[in-house]
Amino acid sequence: MPGAIYAEGLVKTFGEVRALDGVDLDVPEGTVLGMLGPNGAGKTTAVRVLTTLLRPDRGTARVAGVDVVAHPDAVRRAIGLSGQFAAVDEYLTGRENLVMVGRLYQMSGRDAKRRAAELLERFNLGDAADRTAKTYSGGMRRRLDLAAALVVSPPVMFMDEPTTGLDPRNRQALWDVIQELVAGGTTLLLTTQYLEEADRLAHDICVVDHGRVIARGTSDQLKARTGGERIEVVVHAPEHLPVAEGVLRAVAKGDGAVDPHTRRLTFPVTGGAKLLAEVIRELDSRGVEIDDIGLRRPTLDDVFIALTGHTAEAARDGGDTPADGDRAGAATTKEGVR
Amino acid sequence: MSAFDQATGAAAARNPQPHGGLVRSVRDALVVAQRNLIRMLRIPEVVIFGLIQPIMFVVLFTYVFGGSIAVPGAPAGDAQAYREFLMAGIFAQTVTFATAGAGAGIADDMHKGLIDRFRSLPMSRGAVLTGRTLADLVQTALTLVVLAVVALLIGWRSHENPASVLAGFALLLLLGYAFSWIGALIGLSVRTPEAATSGGLLWLFPLTFISNAFVPVNGMPAFLQHVAEWNPFSATVAGARQLFGNTIEGVPQSVTGAWPMEHPVLASVIWSVLIIVVFRTLAVRKYRSATA
Ligand SMILES: Nc1ncnc2c1ncn2[C@@H]1O[C@H](COP(=O)(O)OP(=O)(O)OP(=O)(O)O)[C@@H](O)[C@H]1O
Ligand SMILES: [Mg+2]
Repeated sequence: MPGAIYAEGLVKTFGEVRALDGVDLDVPEGTVLGMLGPNGAGKTTAVRVLTTLLRPDRGTARVAGVDVVAHPDAVRRAIGLSGQFAAVDEYLTGRENLVMVGRLYQMSGRDAKRRAAELLERFNLGDAADRTAKTYSGGMRRRLDLAAALVVSPPVMFMDEPTTGLDPRNRQALWDVIQELVAGGTTLLLTTQYLEEADRLAHDICVVDHGRVIARGTSDQLKARTGGERIEVVVHAPEHLPVAEGVLRAVAKGDGAVDPHTRRLTFPVTGGAKLLAEVIRELDSRGVEIDDIGLRRPTLDDVFIALTGHTAEAARDGGDTPADGDRAGAATTKEGVR
Repeated sequence: MSAFDQATGAAAARNPQPHGGLVRSVRDALVVAQRNLIRMLRIPEVVIFGLIQPIMFVVLFTYVFGGSIAVPGAPAGDAQAYREFLMAGIFAQTVTFATAGAGAGIADDMHKGLIDRFRSLPMSRGAVLTGRTLADLVQTALTLVVLAVVALLIGWRSHENPASVLAGFALLLLLGYAFSWIGALIGLSVRTPEAATSGGLLWLFPLTFISNAFVPVNGMPAFLQHVAEWNPFSATVAGARQLFGNTIEGVPQSVTGAWPMEHPVLASVIWSVLIIVVFRTLAVRKYRSATA
C-alpha cells in the first residue's frame, strides 16, 4: 500500500531550471521523512507540489491517498503546512492569526479560540499572544507559523526547514512537539539543513540534489554507505604533515584527505581503538606533535558531503550551484539503499 | 498528549465541511474581510492618505477651476453650478482608487507568503479575494461619508429625496467594488506591492479625466467626446449626478447621443456588473495558480 505521502516521477521546471527532475517518494503513515539537500536542490518545490501550491509538469503525487492535482481541496483538508518563510499576518496579533486559520479550517469561533490558546502556550508565545506579530522576533514568527500549521492536527504535515532561526531551547521544544505528533500517528515530511535534526527525528532520510533523490535510507544505512570509521589527526606544525601522512597511509583502508590549512589528516580505517593507540605511539616515536587525534564515525554531514560534493554548512551559507567536481557516487547511489 | 490535545483538531479534520458550499464561501470571505478590516484599523495611515487626495481634489477643483469652467445650461463662471456638477465626478474618482488598495493589499499578501498559507487551507476558492474586496468596500464607503461631509461644507447640495441620494451612493459603491476586482487581478499579476499601487493608479488618470467627471465633454475634440461618453466611468458619474439631482433642467444628457448617457443609471449598473463578472473570474483563476 502506498504511504501517506507518495510521489512518482515528479517534474517541475521554471524556464530553464529543472527544479524537480523525477522525484519519487513514499512515506509510510506515521513516519517522518527527512529531506536533505543543498540550496536550490528542489526541496521547497517538492513541498509546494505536495501541498497543492504548485502543479507538477509531470508525475503523480498522492497525499493521504488523494491525488494532489485532481483533488487539491481534499488534500488541503488533510494537511498542515509550515513553509520555509513564516507566513503570518504582521498586523494581527498571534492569537488573531491562529483564530483566523482555525476559522478557515471551518472550526467554530469558540473551538478556534480554544485551540489558539492551547497552541500559543505550547509554543511559548503566551506572553506575546496579544501583541501584533510585527513586534515578534524572527524565531517567534517562525513558531507562530508552525502553530498555524498545527491548528487542526492534520494527519499529514509538511515542514520546510522548521527550525531554521530557532534558538536551541525552542528547537528542542519543537522537536518534542514533532515527536508527540508522530507518536499520535501523524505523517511528516521535514526538510532541513541540520543533519542532526534529520538524524534525530526522521525514520527515513532522502538526499535531494538537482531535483533528484540521490540517496535514501535510514540514517544508519546512509552512514554505512559512506564508509566506516576514520582517524582524524591534527598536527601541531605544518612540517609534520608529510610524516604523519606516511604513518596514516600505512594503516589506512583507502585514500584519505590532508588539509594543510587546518593541518588535519583524515583517513578511513578499520581496527578501532587498538589501531588508534598504535597510530599515536607511531606518531610519537617519530616526533610528530599532535594537537588533536580521534576516531570518527561517519555523521550525516559526511554523507551529505560524499553525495553532494559540499558541506551542509556551505549549502546553508549560499552558493546555489554546487561544485560539480566531486559529486562522488551521485550516479551510483541514485538507486538508494532500499 | 493531554496538554496538546489533538481532539479539537482531529474532529475538525474528520468533519471538515459542516456547511454547504455557499455558506462556506460567505463565511470564509467574512473571516478574511474581518482580517483586512483589523489591518485597516491598525494602519490608519492608509485610510487617512486615501482621504486626503479626494479632499484636495474637491478644494482645488472648486476654487481653482470653479470660476472658469462653464457648465452647460448655467451662466459662465457660476461656481455653485460647477460645485454641483463636480461632486459626482470626485466621488466617482474616489471610489476607483479602491483599485490601488486592493491591488497593493493582495500583492503584499503574496509577497509575505500569506497567499500560500491561504491556498494550503481548505477554504473556498474566491474567499481571499472576496474578503479583500469587501473590506475595501467598507473603506470606500467610509471615505465617501467623509468626503460627502466636506462637499456639504463647501456648498454642494443635492436636489433629490434621500432615497435617490442613497441610490446615487450605492451606484458609486458598486463601481468601487467592481474596480477593486480589477485591482485584485493587478495585485495577483505584479511582483511587488509598490508595482500594484502605481499599476493600480496609473491608468485611472486617463480613465477618469477622459470623461464627464471634471469638465463637461462639450469642450473636447469630437473623437474624445465619443470616448468620454462611452467610458464606463462616465456612466456612473452621470448616473450619480442624476440621482443627486445635480443635473440642469433642459440640458441634453448626451452630446454624441451615446446610449449610456441617455440611460446613465442602468448603463452604470450594467458596466459595473460586467466588470465584476469578468474580473472576478479572471482574478479567481489567477489566484488558483498564483505563486509568490
Ligand atoms: N518560482 C520560481 N521561479 C523560478 N525558479 C524557481 C522558482 N522556485 C524555485 N525556483 C528554482 O528551482 C530550484 C529549486 O528551488 P527550491 O526552492 O525548491 O530549492 P530548495 O531545495 O528549497 O533550496 P533552499 O535550501 O535554498 O531552500 C532553484 O534553482 C530555484 O532557483
Ligand atoms: Mg527551500
